[in-house]
Amino acid sequence: MYMIEAKNVYKSFGDLQVLKGISLKVEKGEVVAVIGPSGSGKSTLLRCLIHLEVIDRGSIIIQGQPMAYEDEKGKTEYVPDKQIRQICKKLGMVFQNFNLFPHKTVLENIIEAPIVVNKVPKKEAIDTAEALLKRVGLIDKKDSYPSQLSGGQKQRVAIARALAMKPDIMLFDEPTSALDPELTGEVLKVMRDLAEDRMTMVVVTHEMGFAREVADRIIFMDGGEIIEEGLPEEIFCNPRSDRTRDFLKQVL
Amino acid sequence: MQQLLLDIVKPALEVIKPTLEYISRIIVPMLQGTVVTLELFFITIVFSIPLGVLLALARISRYGFLRDVVGGYIWLLRGTPLLLQVFFVYYGLPNFGITLENFPAACIAFVLNYAAYFAEIFRAGIQSIDKGQYEGAKVLGFTYWQTMWRIILPQTVRRVLPPVCNEAITLVKDTALVYAIGLGELLRATKIAVSRDAVTSPFVVAAVFYLVMTYVLTKAFDQLERRYSIYE
Ligand SMILES: Nc1ncnc2c1ncn2[C@@H]1O[C@H](COP(=O)(O)OP(=O)(O)O)[C@@H](O)[C@H]1O
Ligand SMILES: [Mg+2]
Repeated sequence: MYMIEAKNVYKSFGDLQVLKGISLKVEKGEVVAVIGPSGSGKSTLLRCLIHLEVIDRGSIIIQGQPMAYEDEKGKTEYVPDKQIRQICKKLGMVFQNFNLFPHKTVLENIIEAPIVVNKVPKKEAIDTAEALLKRVGLIDKKDSYPSQLSGGQKQRVAIARALAMKPDIMLFDEPTSALDPELTGEVLKVMRDLAEDRMTMVVVTHEMGFAREVADRIIFMDGGEIIEEGLPEEIFCNPRSDRTRDFLKQVL
Repeated sequence: MQQLLLDIVKPALEVIKPTLEYISRIIVPMLQGTVVTLELFFITIVFSIPLGVLLALARISRYGFLRDVVGGYIWLLRGTPLLLQVFFVYYGLPNFGITLENFPAACIAFVLNYAAYFAEIFRAGIQSIDKGQYEGAKVLGFTYWQTMWRIILPQTVRRVLPPVCNEAITLVKDTALVYAIGLGELLRATKIAVSRDAVTSPFVVAAVFYLVMTYVLTKAFDQLERRYSIYE
């Protein structure tokens, strides 16, 4: 069983076709890095997986449970909202610009969803949150507000917040792109630790060093399609497609 | 030196003494009027703010029909004079079999009217919140209502405080309108004294009363803003 199985996904915004038949399988414990020029549909792909966008065609199956499927006539249908919510609970997501709740402290940001959504007792939620904050190295910031943190710290809180829901799969959409260069390291380290713990991860990133070192597999997207995928060495040292080669030449 | 001061102060006191005595006589009815003013003020605030929140949520709901109905309501209530609405509730509703005393009639008209203004303030406040907040909440599993209640509305509070303060100050002064349906609020108490005694000092006293009320209100909102700004 795959953790994520997306088949032939199409998505348009008005006349603009953004995903043109994307198929993607992710295994348990696998770290997949998605690279590609900006505007190629990487964010849209992640957003479709976690139901922030609704796909036009294709199917999405998360841990064997269909979220969107094609009926007999080939029309894509979604399962009922309640089921979607249940399925999406397996997924955590980290955004480029954090989306922390500014009116809540670091600790409150992390315990809010477990308490409200999962009905975890407050005491237990706090214990989990504090353990996570230690893990990302921010326990001394638990009573700060997001506005008092640096970008790197905010992103680490955002990761802890997502992990507090105990997801089986983590999606990262350019988690370091909004950060000053000297702050990317602390975030990448947290992600590397997660990968070592065999968390299943799909990471959209411009950090080629990170992709090469940490990812089990690289997916190169351009123009709404997956142009090429493979092991990091294959993609970086021996790309088959010219478009991959051109892209890598520009970013490396 | 002391003698000199006394020479000045004493005659001065002699001059204003009758005025002070007069004011001390009218102050009680004017305070009674102020109580009515404050009652109308607080009843309007307490009911129109929650109603305004509900209307704002309806105004941005995904049901087009609901949006249109509330849009029409807001247009009607903001597009006609408050005094006309007060008259309608007090003099007009009896034609439909609903007869109200002047105070409840005033309260109803004020609540309905102010809710329309608050609804627009809250709607703008809600819509000013970054859409990333909805997405951040959604990927954590929050429902729409949990997101609204726990994430969006609390952040909206801080942003709408200044315009809500403006409305509250306007409301203090708008209460004077109910004078027109014979309600014994501050302005009416003032006017009675003026007409009876053929003096103008009650006007000055009334102005001071209104100023004190709006001053206290402004300070209260300053405090609230400070309290809510800790996270910014
Ligand atoms: N909500 C939207 N409405 C309209 N166009 C969008 C929307 N989201 C993304 N797009 C467009 O879709 C294309 C792909 O965007 P995106 O998935 O963000 O690319 P990437 O993450 O690879 O940079 C871009 O041209 C972008 O402008
Ligand atoms: Mg993107």
